[in-house]
Amino acid sequence: MSSLIPASEGFTPPGPADFDLPGIGGDFGSYEFLGQTQLLAVTKPMLQLVLAAVLVFGFFYLASRKRAMVPGKLQFVGEEAYGFVRNSMARDIIGSHDFMRFVPYLFALFFFILLNNLFATIPFIQFPTFSRAGMVYGLAALSWIIYNAVGIKKHGFLGYLKLQSVPAGLSGPILVLLVPLEFMSNILVRPVTLALRLFANMFAGHLLLILFALGGEYILAEMSLAYAPVGVLAWVLFIAIAFLELLVQFLQAYVFVLLNAMYIQGALADEH
Amino acid sequence: MQAPFAPLVVRASAAEGELNPLVPHLVEIVLSLIVFGILFLLVKKFVVPSFEKTYADRTQAIEGGLAAAETKQAEADAKLAELEQQLSEARHEAARIREEAREQGASIISEMREQAQTEATRIVDNGKAQIEAERQQAVTSLRAEVGALATGLAGRIVGESLEDDARQSRVVERFLADLESGSAPAGGSGVN
Repeated sequence: MSSLIPASEGFTPPGPADFDLPGIGGDFGSYEFLGQTQLLAVTKPMLQLVLAAVLVFGFFYLASRKRAMVPGKLQFVGEEAYGFVRNSMARDIIGSHDFMRFVPYLFALFFFILLNNLFATIPFIQFPTFSRAGMVYGLAALSWIIYNAVGIKKHGFLGYLKLQSVPAGLSGPILVLLVPLEFMSNILVRPVTLALRLFANMFAGHLLLILFALGGEYILAEMSLAYAPVGVLAWVLFIAIAFLELLVQFLQAYVFVLLNAMYIQGALADEH
Repeated sequence: MQAPFAPLVVRASAAEGELNPLVPHLVEIVLSLIVFGILFLLVKKFVVPSFEKTYADRTQAIEGGLAAAETKQAEADAKLAELEQQLSEARHEAARIREEAREQGASIISEMREQAQTEATRIVDNGKAQIEAERQQAVTSLRAEVGALATGLAGRIVGESLEDDARQSRVVERFLADLESGSAPAGGSGVN
């Protein structure tokens, strides 16, 4: 890596390579994909993914198991968290008629993404799982399949295409312009934006944190004392941005699930 | 200004060997789907039904409590109405009995009064009849005695002249009539 950089400056700015973590305990070889070499190995984000699933299920299983009429602390927190996704996202957006079918999906999705995002801030983990594009693509593809399948099941294939690509209340030549646009935005672009929004936020946030942390360290350690205040400022900003990232992590999980719910609602909507 | 960005520029133009973060690791796509799929199934099977059941139970407990309270309230209302009705019936009954007793008392009193009246009348009548009978008896016996006495007395005074029956009885009758009109002394003077 450092061999690529001219040695004029000693500082190596963080880049995509910092997200390409080495396999834990070595790798089992590699493969080429789209001109890139990918290692076949068990990496930290993979373990985080599993850990998040275990923690989410473990917590909510324990919280929901007692089923007390008057909930204890654990059950109360669990019910509040569950009720947040169930009521304010699933029910309020999809509508009280259909929403129950999608509650397990939206609920699991929200807390799965939230915890994986929070891993970026949790000490000793400090890596956002979804800064790995592959992790996000999987979930975005699943969202795309689900909302389209739901719509096709309800309206039939052509009926669903019409619902998604013909705007209501319009007729005449304007449709020639609008139908392709609607089709693009509702069918083709949605999974891409869904994936990139989550991925890019996590990626950029983590990159920013690394930059401030490593930059501050470099200034304090390698440069003359006159620059020390700048290094300290960098670290102060690092802490401030870490708190901002907490907000972003929550918001991205929220937006991802909210959009899922809205897409499902749009696919289930009756003809306008 | 150039220096800090130089590495980035170099990096971006580093071509083939450089990493593009948008290119996915295929294993990660599969892994995320599998892990999330398992989480979804577990949540769907164990967590969501549990929470939903708790919600439903709680709703039912609250609604059941309300319904029970309503039933109790209705029961209490019915009981109260029943008791009130019983009370008013009892009052009515008491009033009726009192009224009856009053009527009965009045009738008894009037009956008694009537009886007493009759009895009194009867006693008075009896007394009157007895007195009349006794008087009659006294008059009869007195008349006989007075007649005989007077005749005897007069015979002794005037002698044989009054032996004639017809005259004798005429004199006696006149005397007695004077006597009855309450003027015995007049008769006496008549005798004189």
